[in-house]
Amino acid sequence: MAEATADTATPTPGSVATGPMLAADGVPLKRSLARALRREKLRALALIAPLLIFILVSFIAPIVDMLFRSVENEIVSETLPRTVVALKDWDYESGEGPGEDVYAALYVDLVEAEEMKTHTRLGSRLNYEMTGISSLFRKTGRGIGRMDTDAYTKAITTLDAAWNEPATWIAVMDDDSARALLPETASAWSSWTRIVAANNDDIAKEEPGDFLFTTLYRDLSAATPDALAGYEGPEAARVREAAARIGSIEPVSLREQFLDIDKDWSDVQVWGTIQAFSPKYTPGYFLSAVDLQETPSGIEQQPDDQKIYRLLFKRTMFMSLAIMFSCILLGYPVAFLLSSLPLRTSNVLLILVLLPFWTSLLVRTSAWKVLLQQQGVINDVLVWMGVVADNDRLVMINNQFGTIVAMTHILLPFMILPLYSVMKTIPPTYLRAAKSLGATNWTAFWRVYFPQSVPGIGAGCILVFILSIGYYITPELVGGTTGTFISNRIAYHISSSLNWGLAAALGTILLVLVLALYWVYDRIVGIDNVNLG
Amino acid sequence: MKTKTILMTATAVVLAGAASAEEMADSMTLVSWGGAYQASQVNAYSEPYKALNPGLEVIWDESSNEAVAKLRAMNEAGNVTWDLVDVVASDAIRLCDEGLAMEFDPDELLAEGDDGTPASEDFGDLIVSDCFIPQIVYSTTFGYRTDMVGDTPPTDVCAVFDTETYPGKRSLEKRPINNMEWALICDGVSDEEVYDVLETEEGQARAFAKLDTIKDDVIWWSAGADTPQLLADGEVVMGSTYNGRLFSVIEEQKQPVAMLWDAQVFDLDGWIIPAGLPADRLARVKDFVKFATDTQRLADQAKYISYGPARQSSAPLVGKHAELGIEMAPHMPTDPNNAKHTFLYNYEWWADYRDDLDAKFQAWLAQ
Repeated sequence: MAEATADTATPTPGSVATGPMLAADGVPLKRSLARALRREKLRALALIAPLLIFILVSFIAPIVDMLFRSVENEIVSETLPRTVVALKDWDYESGEGPGEDVYAALYVDLVEAEEMKTHTRLGSRLNYEMTGISSLFRKTGRGIGRMDTDAYTKAITTLDAAWNEPATWIAVMDDDSARALLPETASAWSSWTRIVAANNDDIAKEEPGDFLFTTLYRDLSAATPDALAGYEGPEAARVREAAARIGSIEPVSLREQFLDIDKDWSDVQVWGTIQAFSPKYTPGYFLSAVDLQETPSGIEQQPDDQKIYRLLFKRTMFMSLAIMFSCILLGYPVAFLLSSLPLRTSNVLLILVLLPFWTSLLVRTSAWKVLLQQQGVINDVLVWMGVVADNDRLVMINNQFGTIVAMTHILLPFMILPLYSVMKTIPPTYLRAAKSLGATNWTAFWRVYFPQSVPGIGAGCILVFILSIGYYITPELVGGTTGTFISNRIAYHISSSLNWGLAAALGTILLVLVLALYWVYDRIVGIDNVNLG
Repeated sequence: MKTKTILMTATAVVLAGAASAEEMADSMTLVSWGGAYQASQVNAYSEPYKALNPGLEVIWDESSNEAVAKLRAMNEAGNVTWDLVDVVASDAIRLCDEGLAMEFDPDELLAEGDDGTPASEDFGDLIVSDCFIPQIVYSTTFGYRTDMVGDTPPTDVCAVFDTETYPGKRSLEKRPINNMEWALICDGVSDEEVYDVLETEEGQARAFAKLDTIKDDVIWWSAGADTPQLLADGEVVMGSTYNGRLFSVIEEQKQPVAMLWDAQVFDLDGWIIPAGLPADRLARVKDFVKFATDTQRLADQAKYISYGPARQSSAPLVGKHAELGIEMAPHMPTDPNNAKHTFLYNYEWWADYRDDLDAKFQAWLAQ
């Protein structure tokens, strides 16, 4: 073996010509190199792995999770599982409310939801789609325990007191054939076990709830004589006995019970909304984010008096561009001046640029209020000079103008700094060379200097535009009605209306817009041309 | 024999562990609004409570503004760090609906009034949600510049819509709540019918039409400090805000501003206990709430800020301002002289219509 190694390790000149080049250990050099490189890469990856994992877990994952909320809609099918299934066959276009089966399913679902305190949460969710559902669910939750379904409980336990014993129920519900015979009861029983467990009670001691008797009544009334006769599971005699006498019990209409609590339960619009939003994933939030709405009869335009988001998206784009261009106009000369002055002077001036950068955002915004408001410094001076009349002062804040001024000021350093760092690297000799070759000042600047400063402009534009598109504090404070951004609505839905789904949809659209613009920018200017300093 | 001893010791340790879980945590995190309001709570509630419970650490978090969203995020993350949260009543209803706040029995959780009235009667209708522990009654009302209204200071809320008699800008809150009600009242709808009218499309259009008449004269505010600042600068002739803010502009900063109490809208602020607190923290916060919402403590808070105590039994105990030394009773929104014409915010109604009307209101603003 040692010999063989030695053999391959010292290849003869002949083998070099015919076979692949081998490394010292006899492995072909190419593979050996690839392995070494791979090892290097893995080592590098292992070095950055902690950071990568940290970013994935603490930054990317929460963002993805938040954006995912824009389509997620499990709350309806989780809170009302039986109703969602029962509603599948109901036709909204028929204009008639659903049948008794749906109300029975809703009854069992809501009893569990009320115990678990999830019905009001569903109410607020559906209220985003139809006004009034919030209070409908709250009210129904309060009334669900007081329905007349206790009539079934009384009647069945009068027939046979054993039905009041938890042991009877546990025995019956433990058996597969019984569950097949009594499907609704079996399903309600699983709810019952969850309710009992949530209250930390013992199922063997808890008196069965009214809704169990309601489902038992429905199952026994619906069971065929054959199925009953063939039933051989536990308590067979008792079940058959109850089934035989079930016809003597006066039925209670669950539909009427729900209508007694609130007449809105007969409104097909309510049922249509529940049906339209029963899938686990919904385009509803995205539709709302572009002024459309998902209704039981399909996708429709939002009524004119509620359209706002498209306007806000357009306005956000327009104002961000306006802020970006005013930053270029103001920042370019400043950066040019900074880069052409001697270092000592330019450093002092740079501090003047950075000083507002270090001041609190709120202080700077409030300062603009003091300056721009109608009783403010600028108006006072103009009135004193006689430029404007005292009773006709300029409106410069709480509108688009004020927002653009304040935000340009706030974002200006983000334009000046990259411009400055790029301009610093442009040798002044180029300009002198151009002039010595006969160019005018303007030509020398436009043909020689400006093209070299474009990477700085690009970097500044990207920074300013992306920052301003997501700004919301300044527009909220000085934007009035015409200067607010889409971010203000996102903030409202996150912190106030709790409609996180819509906020996520708006955020996703904003993100996609920014990425699209970034792509366009890359195609036109080229992202390699950007110099962030 | 020995095994038995060990078993018994083990049981004893387990039992002791269970018992100590019933003990109270030695720190609690309270969430409030910051500023003068939080200072009044520190002075009236937490400092006296700390004096009774040496060693207790009280942490204040000024997050009430985003309490609903933050509490929901904490709940989803499974780590609720707050023990008691100060919120307005409508937020309390929202939190209760979302299952984020704890439901309680008022007579069990809260102390009796000093005259022995059960808490549920002493607070009465102010317990607007099963999760809400009322603390103060505040009102959103108007203040006006006394030097800008001439010889006829406004006495009627409809002065806001009368730009001929009272020219100049007005400041209103940038949300439909309250503004829609005032618009309808000034359009001739009686107080009792406001919400019935507002429920219909025509009623909403009517309210917007009324607001349209002053739309160009309005500065919309979103922070409670805006109107006081705008009034102090003479930027607006009148504006709506919380009555406590106006009190501070008038009495503390001595600005030429006066209150217009007409059609003030009562609203409530109070505590909620987050759902699912561990036993020791819950025990601590229950103990604190019982203390901090008793008759004397609620009356004490009024020494520092001009909001009315939520207990009926506290009203007679309201004294003088701690620093200014003026009688506080005449500055309370609940004082009979101020409360001649008040309007009660309908929480249930707004819980239903808030999303819808807010969309309409924002669209109307943007037009």
